[in-house]
Amino acid sequence: MASSTISPPSASFIVKKKELGRSAFSSSSSPSPFSVPKCNKSAAKKIVSAMAPQQAERMPATTGSVKTAMTLTEKIFARASEKPQLSPGDNVWVNVDTLMTHDISGPGSIGIFKREFGPDAKVWDREKVVIIPDHYIFTADKLANRNVDILRDFCNDQNIKYFYDIKDLGNFKANPDYKGVCHVALAQEGHCRPGEVLLGTDSHTCTAGAFGQFATGIGNTDAGFVLGTGKLLLKVPPTLKFIMDGEMPDYLLAKDLILQIIGEISVAGATYKSMEFAGTTVESLTMEERMTLCNMVIEAGGKNGVVPADSTTFKYLEDKTTIPYEPVYSDAQARFLTEYRFDITKLEPLVAKPHSPDNRALARECKDVKIDRVYIGSCTGGKTEDFMAVAKVFLASGKKVKVPTFLVPATRKVWMDLYTLPVPGSGGKTCSQIFEEAGCDTPASPTCGACMGGPRDTYARMNKAVVSQFFLYRPAYLSNTLFHLHIVCSWSWLEALEHSLW
Amino acid sequence: MAVCRSTTAISLSRNPNFSTTNPKPSLSFLSPPCLKLPSILPSFKPLTSQSPPDQRLSIPRATAADSATPTTTSTTFFHGHCYVVGDNIDTDQIIPAEYLTLVPSKPDEYEKLGSYALIGLPATYKTRFIEANQTKTKYSIVIGGENFGCGSSREHAPVALGAAGVAAVVAESYARIFFRNSVATGEIYPLESEVRICEECKTGDLITIELMESKLINHTSGKEYKLKPIGDAGPVIEAGGIFAYARKTGMIPSQAP
Repeated sequence: MASSTISPPSASFIVKKKELGRSAFSSSSSPSPFSVPKCNKSAAKKIVSAMAPQQAERMPATTGSVKTAMTLTEKIFARASEKPQLSPGDNVWVNVDTLMTHDISGPGSIGIFKREFGPDAKVWDREKVVIIPDHYIFTADKLANRNVDILRDFCNDQNIKYFYDIKDLGNFKANPDYKGVCHVALAQEGHCRPGEVLLGTDSHTCTAGAFGQFATGIGNTDAGFVLGTGKLLLKVPPTLKFIMDGEMPDYLLAKDLILQIIGEISVAGATYKSMEFAGTTVESLTMEERMTLCNMVIEAGGKNGVVPADSTTFKYLEDKTTIPYEPVYSDAQARFLTEYRFDITKLEPLVAKPHSPDNRALARECKDVKIDRVYIGSCTGGKTEDFMAVAKVFLASGKKVKVPTFLVPATRKVWMDLYTLPVPGSGGKTCSQIFEEAGCDTPASPTCGACMGGPRDTYARMNKAVVSQFFLYRPAYLSNTLFHLHIVCSWSWLEALEHSLW
Repeated sequence: MAVCRSTTAISLSRNPNFSTTNPKPSLSFLSPPCLKLPSILPSFKPLTSQSPPDQRLSIPRATAADSATPTTTSTTFFHGHCYVVGDNIDTDQIIPAEYLTLVPSKPDEYEKLGSYALIGLPATYKTRFIEANQTKTKYSIVIGGENFGCGSSREHAPVALGAAGVAAVVAESYARIFFRNSVATGEIYPLESEVRICEECKTGDLITIELMESKLINHTSGKEYKLKPIGDAGPVIEAGGIFAYARKTGMIPSQAP
């Protein structure tokens, strides 16, 4: 395979390295808890060979005391299943640290829990269940409203510690506990901790892997089982490693990175596998950017995604959790299924065109695409930093939008940030002021909103198929009945689309 | 050591063009256990009442509406007409999000979910999965391509298929959470084919699936196909599901009365 030194500008800045034996990456061995691991900085700038040289297998010591190296995900599984050693393919019972559910899957999970453990059964740990209504909230749909009531009744019966309730639908701020989008709320409320196992009844639960923990989505039946036992039977996944090096240009966001990867490996490229993100670029990402990266692991079919915890992680968690945690890291000799290397400085803004998140294209190749509406929100694209990036583009342009532009902050905290945080370079303006001047819709109540469609009266929902493009700032489930055609990309793409949007 | 080795032939990235077709890297894995999830599974139901040509097994059907953990059944074959779909059928096509206000563990809402199964398929599918004014499907077997059930983790997806009357799905490959949910709920038996039978079977073909022999017979075309063994999900299915498996292995006590 070609080394990346001879790659033409438009082609391979990605070097795939096949792992046939041990990893050739000589990162330092696992550090003690709370210390930051050294990264493989020396190898980062060098061009590596595409194929690892075949190394002789080291035979295990006869005493049996030698442990085989494990990846970060394998280590989490080992600790959670109380085993000193395990390998990809092993089926183990893991102890669950946190179970999250919401208004879509919560009622069903509760139903199964009661059916299997009895109507008077108690959950395994009232402090480890986090219930976050977020999907179909601001609606008059009776079933949707009822589902939040079911959650409330259960939380009252079980004395669930963390229930981010909402009763007053007309004014989200009147509800002291309501947060919004579950995956962002989990992070902001300090429920994500390195080294732990977090399961959620939502496919984007993988977002929490940004904190160096094992986080994945499960269904109602599994959740019902966890509610009663605090355990689940899981299979240890092998790990794909994605090493991204180079300084992040200001026209790229984490979304571009993950779209690059998904376009590379396809929507089933990581099925049943763990995706581990490493490299200097990853280390330079903020927690929200790391969450964007891990959020779309499921779009590649991945079981979970992880970013090793470091000082950025610890700093973020300082004021959010007092529960002690112990990060783990991939051993130097850990085996990865495949390794991919990316030189970020060679990347361009990307989009995912209809109808699949792996239908990757360069943003500049889509600059003649006509846009009908813009929606900014969701667990992947509705965080504070996402809106900040949007505000900067509007600021630079100075013009008003030509198409309806819907803004749905993910959580109450994000909503507050839009109205309070100054945007750098704006002379003290807030995001909300910039959005208003640009002619956007007023930021809506925090929720998943129209991302998954929702009941007919959901804000910004499209209720008929539209032939022209609908720009969506996240890869929603591509429902052809709701969003006839849409494009997914990071906000930086709009810089390439100026003449179309303004 | 069961480390999966990828023999992928993913090429280095090229400039994507405007084509809307998805690039398909040719991934080949060593063996099914690398792909499969083991988990959960109460007994599988036989075919429910269908139009006359379909045969049904007289095995008690385990559904989400049952009040007790299903007992192990001895499903040995499925027989009925198939409905053929393509690759990457996502959960939003199987059960669109607007129907997710329905709670699968409530019997009447379970039935409603079934009536909406595969209603999200595009209009290019000329034959509808469930005919107008019907709540159940004529097709007890769904044949799919790659990555069946991708998208969201909604358990409503295999539940909707099961509630509609699907007994088994035969796909080239599955998305992980959907496979796991199928095994967990027992609503549909998720089988994998060795070749792309979605290109060789047509909607309406009469099919027999013989589980013991891992074989699919298309009576309409006269062809037979080998299916992959169920793999790690086997012991859990044998036990009668994750709850039964856990009780059998002493992980949780016997069910509360």
